[in-house]
Amino acid sequence: MTSAPVPCRVVDRRDETHDTVTLVVEPAGDALDPFAPGQFAMLYAFGVGEIPVSVSRIEGGYRLAHTVRAVGAVSRALYGLRSGGWVGVRGPFGTAWDTAAAHGNDLLVIAGGIGLAPLRPLVDTVLADPRAFGRLNVLAGARTPADLLYTDEFPGWERPFGAVTVDRPSSGWTGRVGVVTTLLREARFTPSDTVAFVCGPEVMMRATARALIHRGVRPDRIQVSLERNMRCATGHCGHCQLGPLLLCRDGPVVRYDQAEPLLTVREL
Amino acid sequence: MTAHPGGPPGEGVLAALTAEHRGRLMALARDVALPGSTRIFEEGEEADRFWIIRSGTVALDIHVPGRGRAVVETVGAGSLLGWSWLCPPRQWHLAAETREPVRAWEFDADAVQDLCAEDTALGLSLVTAVAETIGDRLRATRTRLLDLYGPPGPRGSGAAP
Repeated sequence: MTSAPVPCRVVDRRDETHDTVTLVVEPAGDALDPFAPGQFAMLYAFGVGEIPVSVSRIEGGYRLAHTVRAVGAVSRALYGLRSGGWVGVRGPFGTAWDTAAAHGNDLLVIAGGIGLAPLRPLVDTVLADPRAFGRLNVLAGARTPADLLYTDEFPGWERPFGAVTVDRPSSGWTGRVGVVTTLLREARFTPSDTVAFVCGPEVMMRATARALIHRGVRPDRIQVSLERNMRCATGHCGHCQLGPLLLCRDGPVVRYDQAEPLLTVREL
Repeated sequence: MTAHPGGPPGEGVLAALTAEHRGRLMALARDVALPGSTRIFEEGEEADRFWIIRSGTVALDIHVPGRGRAVVETVGAGSLLGWSWLCPPRQWHLAAETREPVRAWEFDADAVQDLCAEDTALGLSLVTAVAETIGDRLRATRTRLLDLYGPPGPRGSGAAP
């Protein structure tokens, strides 16, 4: 783990939506320690500040993609970076998706909005070694068709099953309309032999987890990625505390049987 | 991404019935094939039928004055299409149109109501299953009202700065 930001050059930049960009970064000097799907980095926009951003693709072990939505000062500064620009990177931090738990099982990968970003490296892992896993289902929900990420990659996720749905269809949208849980009915999985990976707004993850449990998926086989105000990323400052968990260290990926009691408590 | 062409999974209204009840209900089913862009029913019309979708998707829409038809939800394989037949005023609340070619089992509502009156255990099971579908759609609608995915909530790939 790196404690000081490593200067990285932006080697590629791709606009995903009107306010979201994917930056591919490469260390200028020594490589960062290897990232695993689900982990995050602290990205430092020079002179502005630092935010946690999940890795959205791991290329060759040293080149990382991060998908950033411009919502505040730091993320806007990152959004404004162009190819050739510089960013400071600390990491890897946090827990990863437990893909070993999914070996031999069906997989449900369920994303809401930009929650698809931390799940994409997991999908890459499964697609790279499909015989190690059961049936893959990638289900994604977004606010509008214009908010969908990685649309050019959807065709590769269709086998054995993939689907997207939106809340607010624009004119000309011929796809699904409704919340992401409505896609579960058509997904191909055996609930008792399924591991689910869920990332999105917290209410969406709770609704999804409840729907999965109702269909027979065990709570300890559901993994969610939680988000809190992560500052130090080393478990010291306490900003990201959720009950007994410091999410920068004990998360962001947490099993739902551990997270559910914490998410439903009115005050911790 | 597209819908898979297979039939419904083993869940939903039919899966909630016992084999005997399912057999009695399915004796009333008619296998129908609907081309894409078929208007199945319109708002306010008499709700005298319902369907269980086997493949394909159906969009539920509502007419908004000045804005045409607004799609509020789509339902796919395994789903119940139509529950307005169950209770007064037995008129469709929304309209329905196929998004792509659809295969479905179609049921005459009067015949099913008669069957439920004759076999009250079947009737209770069926109404309970339909109520579960209604509950699912109510929960989904409430969740959508939260505007989950919209700004300002950054997610996953970027917490609040």
